[in-house]
Amino acid sequence: MNKLTLSLSPHVHSGDSVSKNMRWVIIAMLPAMLWSFYTFGLGAVIVTVVSVASCVFFEWAINKYILKNDKCTVCDLSAVVTGILLAFNLPSNLPLYIIIIGALFAIGVVKMTFGGLGCNLFNPALAARVFLLISFPVKMTVFPEVGQMTAYADAVTAATPMANLVQSNLWDLFLGNVGGSLGEVSALCLLIGLVILLVSRTITWHIPVSILVTVFALTGLLHIAYPVEVATPWHHLCGGGLMLGAIFMATDYVTSPMTPKGQLIYGFCIGFLTVAIRVFGAYPEGMSFAILIMNAFVPLINNACKPKRFAKEVKK
Amino acid sequence: MALPKQAVFPLSQHIGAPAVPCVAKGDMVKVGTKIADAGGFVSAAIFSSVSGKVAKIDSVIDASGYRKPAIFIDVVGDEWEESIDRSEELVTKCDLKPEEIVSKIKDAGVVGMGGACFPTHVKLTPPPGSKAECVIINAVECEPYLTADHSLMLEKPEQILMGVSLLMKAVNVTVGYIAIENNKPDAIALMTEKAKNFPGIQIVPLKVKYPQGGEKQLIDAVIGRQVPAPPAIPIAVGAVVQNVGTAYAVYEAVIKNKPLFERIVTVTGKSLANPSNFLTRMGTPMSQLIEAAGGMPEDTGKIIGGGPMMGKALLNAEVPICKGSSGVLLMSEKESLRGEEQNCMRCAKCVAACPMGLEPYLLAKLGEYADWERAEKEDIMTCIECGCCTFTCPSNRPLLDWVRLCKNTVGGIIRERNAKK
Repeated sequence: MNKLTLSLSPHVHSGDSVSKNMRWVIIAMLPAMLWSFYTFGLGAVIVTVVSVASCVFFEWAINKYILKNDKCTVCDLSAVVTGILLAFNLPSNLPLYIIIIGALFAIGVVKMTFGGLGCNLFNPALAARVFLLISFPVKMTVFPEVGQMTAYADAVTAATPMANLVQSNLWDLFLGNVGGSLGEVSALCLLIGLVILLVSRTITWHIPVSILVTVFALTGLLHIAYPVEVATPWHHLCGGGLMLGAIFMATDYVTSPMTPKGQLIYGFCIGFLTVAIRVFGAYPEGMSFAILIMNAFVPLINNACKPKRFAKEVKK
Repeated sequence: MALPKQAVFPLSQHIGAPAVPCVAKGDMVKVGTKIADAGGFVSAAIFSSVSGKVAKIDSVIDASGYRKPAIFIDVVGDEWEESIDRSEELVTKCDLKPEEIVSKIKDAGVVGMGGACFPTHVKLTPPPGSKAECVIINAVECEPYLTADHSLMLEKPEQILMGVSLLMKAVNVTVGYIAIENNKPDAIALMTEKAKNFPGIQIVPLKVKYPQGGEKQLIDAVIGRQVPAPPAIPIAVGAVVQNVGTAYAVYEAVIKNKPLFERIVTVTGKSLANPSNFLTRMGTPMSQLIEAAGGMPEDTGKIIGGGPMMGKALLNAEVPICKGSSGVLLMSEKESLRGEEQNCMRCAKCVAACPMGLEPYLLAKLGEYADWERAEKEDIMTCIECGCCTFTCPSNRPLLDWVRLCKNTVGGIIRERNAKK
């Protein structure tokens, strides 16, 4: 007689895994990544590779030597995703040591200190970007010109569209022929990524759509009121880190709400804060701050927005 | 299915008090002889499915994994009680009054055959103050792999329809629905055709969706009403739900005077040579059915009584077929392995999957941290243990294991609290 397993039901599983979901996110990020290599050349490759390698290294090292875990969590690919997202938020001429410090902050402080995958309150890549922005304000706000294939630290820099959004060319903004962080420039590539994420059922539409619609509506109203000072809503959608934030950063499972209703509220608030900071605040880009602020509110949102219990209002 | 050499009848094959034996060692019985009386109001009688001699009244490991008292009968021949009408003729006329129908169902020991085994005569006796508005027949068979109800509909459609008419008469309603999922188009077509001759019965095809066979989900799908949380039961929204196999058993009991002692069992599994449905006498050990389906595969790692989503893993293959044994599913060693558990990544797939609108990730965590008070506030008692959450979880977390533990503890706390009042 064979030895029988006596586990409790259910006895079948969908086959879904953390790494499968992360793989789809990586695939969805490929268009933007490849575009960044094309427009920013060697610098983009160096920044991306160093960011991913550092994030993976720190997660492995912290697990093994500080936490003394037997299990290695690198295989779930979440560190790889954080590495790519961090790179997407950096200029292509950023010195190596700054990238590595950013990775250490993202993985070590924001993710592992809180308990690892699933336990962090803030988006690791985004929190690291803000940390680097504050710690290295000059290096983080100087962006190379487009088209320098072999330059890295010595790249020629130029102003980015966000410095003067009203005057920038919409088509260039949409395609990605502009300077900026690696992953944020091409709205087109990011939108392709959104389609990949939706079709593979990795995310639902609620967060990206609520953010984009809110920003469109609010900047639309402001543009009508102040057509000279405020760029058109299309410029706002395609410029800066909005698409990147709406599609890849705000949709991070760990730091976003657990119900569609909560997600819509989250998205609306992020859109509102982004526009407020962009139009009325001191920074040209408000996306990172908006998302981090809303990350802090997610536990409250989860408590307030629970799924509808079966038979809560008895249908008759 | 051939007769077994020895038939084993656990005394507890239903919800409620166990039955009390009314035979003793050495007694001779025929097919259909009562061998145990109902042990209370919520209980059911047990009838022999074989003719022979009572060998002993001992205990056996049943589907629950525990040793339970049972009656063992050595099989001799196949002699039936004379009162049973063995003719195949379809009878569609019944002049019995509702109370008489319920009484015959009770005397035949009919219980719910969908798996829960609730005594049918009790369900047909609504508590004072509640009124039935319709009968809903659960022919959805939403568990993957199981096809017993499907085959029953293809073979005995008119008997089922007559059984449904009897159920409708028993609770004084004129409306009956038979819900069938879309993956059984032949059954839908056949039943719809035959239902033309039975007034008041409507065939309702439904989208294939697990766990639509859960009675709350089914009532919502068919008549759009949601049964409130326990202690409310379906009659609170006017619905009486019965499995399609129970409807057939009602026909046999009321029209043919045949007590409940046999049922269709699906024997299946990826490595099985001849997965089949068998009309089986109760008391037959599952090993005999597995043999008839091609023998136990070499790589068997798990034997499941029921379906893959809610069935119970069995201790051995000698567990006898009981009133609620809808299926025997054999899984290979590889299929029996669970994935490695990882951190919850808050993807909310479990929340999206839960048919009761609960938050499984939260309930499981509360169970782990023994926060019984909060778990009760988070409506853990409404969980129907369907397993959808654990099925979808990408981190392979044993959500339902924790929820069950928490639910059972909270249930105990509630019972104690109510007892003190």
